[in-house]
Amino acid sequence: MREITYADALTEALAEEMRRDERVFIIGEDVGRFGMVYVSRPQLWEKFGDERVRDAPISENAIVGFALGAAITGMRPVADIMFCDLMALAMDQLVNQAAKIRYMFGGEIKVPLVINTSLGGLRSAAAQHSQHLEAWFTHVPGLKVIVPSTPYDVKGMLKSSIRDDGPVIFCEHQQLMHTRGPVPEEEYLIPFGKADIKREGKDLTVVSYSLMVHRVLRAAEELEREGIHIEVIDLRSLNPLDKKTILESVEKTGRLLIVHQACTTGGFGAEIAATVSREGFEFLISPIHRLGARDVPVPFSPELENFVIPNERRIVEEVLSIVSE
Amino acid sequence: MKLKREFKTRLYRTMLRIRRFEEKLIKLKAVGLIPGVLHLYIGEEATATGTCAAIRQDDYITSTHRGHGHCIAKGGDISRMMAELYGRSSGYCRGKGGSMHIADMSLGILGANGIVSAGMPIAGGAALSIRIRGTDQVVACFFGDGAVNQGAFHESLNLAALWKLPVIYVCENNQYAISTAQSRSASIRDIYVRKDAYGMHGCMVDGNDVLAVYEAAEQAVERARNGEGPTLMECKTYRWRGHYEGEADRTYTYRTDEEIEEWMRRCPIERFRRKLSQEGILGKEDCEKIEDEIQREIEEAIQFAESSPFPAPEEALTGLYVE
Repeated sequence: MREITYADALTEALAEEMRRDERVFIIGEDVGRFGMVYVSRPQLWEKFGDERVRDAPISENAIVGFALGAAITGMRPVADIMFCDLMALAMDQLVNQAAKIRYMFGGEIKVPLVINTSLGGLRSAAAQHSQHLEAWFTHVPGLKVIVPSTPYDVKGMLKSSIRDDGPVIFCEHQQLMHTRGPVPEEEYLIPFGKADIKREGKDLTVVSYSLMVHRVLRAAEELEREGIHIEVIDLRSLNPLDKKTILESVEKTGRLLIVHQACTTGGFGAEIAATVSREGFEFLISPIHRLGARDVPVPFSPELENFVIPNERRIVEEVLSIVSE
Repeated sequence: MKLKREFKTRLYRTMLRIRRFEEKLIKLKAVGLIPGVLHLYIGEEATATGTCAAIRQDDYITSTHRGHGHCIAKGGDISRMMAELYGRSSGYCRGKGGSMHIADMSLGILGANGIVSAGMPIAGGAALSIRIRGTDQVVACFFGDGAVNQGAFHESLNLAALWKLPVIYVCENNQYAISTAQSRSASIRDIYVRKDAYGMHGCMVDGNDVLAVYEAAEQAVERARNGEGPTLMECKTYRWRGHYEGEADRTYTYRTDEEIEEWMRRCPIERFRRKLSQEGILGKEDCEKIEDEIQREIEEAIQFAESSPFPAPEEALTGLYVE
């Protein structure tokens, strides 16, 4: 199978859906001729022009709100918010409007809106451009939250997001843009709420998503050399959440570690831990552990940043501490 | 402008329907039949009525927390409104929205809104959708003086002007954002002057004169349909009741009886009735007939609401996601 980058998978998904459905358009800052900020993909603008790849001024609340207004009047917009940090500027339109319109107006209105934003970190972008705020979004009923780790998942899930009739917040990861992976030429869609078992193992389950999946997989190889076989689950979507796959895995391994790049306190790992301790308590032979970023804003210097964000070494140590309990 | 008798009578009827509907709500609220918070529009009826008379059924509106008037003026069904206010399953939102979240997509009513200024980006997006779909629809975006110092106001007006979108921004300047007078919120006296900051058309209108509102809106709508972009229309008006129903004595912490009475003398409905009577369009008997018909509609709405069941509790768990 051919291999393409995560960024190209995004572009392909957008281009295919825009070709397929003329109601799909992109709105955001510097999405047009500049081709988006941290990855150049001006080919969309070259192909579809100003009207469908629409540069907006720096007005995040209006970008999300305009996209929402278009979504409830016959369009299927993709609002691009460069960094998830900037979602702070658009939270009213996301949280109080987009997530609730269908429900509070009686359950019939469709809101085919995609917010395409990105998770950051590991590029010395410091505290305001490195966050992982996905737990903010999962806390709001009505928002589907997608966190893909591979080009294959990006393409299939972004296409599914665009075809979904509810608001979807699609969180790409900036540091995965240039990673490559197999992506078929022919069309495919990936449904939400289906976790992907990346690696099978019997000793411990690691649940992760987005970039951390790759670090967990590298840690798994190191652990394998020490005779510890971990099962690695990539959630791919946080809402809907594939509880079944998690619980089945914990039933098999008896141990659970959740790894995410978002800071630990109040992170999505707490939700998984609570779910498993309630619904899979009898499977557990040791306490559930969480490994997230340390609870500080993301610092600038690589020395500091690498200390704050989980890495392979810390994942290995955490696993070892659990299996030795 | 020569307007037909029937048209003027319809304006009168719409304003009176809004007034009587809300007067009834005061009573129903006082005896505990309506849960939650009510923000009443009494005194401001001419702005919704005049604006909505200038647009078509397939045009859109976005509304506010003080939205009953907009909904009625755009043709909303007062029975389904009443049922919603009662929290019944036959209400516009099946009991999930209440006063601040009534919407009717079939009439282009994109929703009342509990967040001040939040309808403004949504209105802009509806206008963008119109542009992309290539229809000649327009959006009337209602908001109060309290909305104009929000970021959403500035972001929306800038973008709508930049893209020459078909929006009529109707600022209902009722003088107070909750209790804060406009003079204590901004250093400008007239809000419409902000049109210049965004390079758009704008005007100031006597918001208690339904024909003046209609004529200004009609010009704005014509420009919008012709691709000449948005208009910021400031309608000076006044909220007779408190910010919310039940504000009671706190009303006098920020305004006086004299001020309220002064504005009540400028009642948009009474003023228009006198005008139509002078023009020989509405006689005493006509007025009584309209009054009776509206009373009947409202009684029917109450009956509809009271005879409708409450939603089953489990319905709270439905209608969030598209299955």
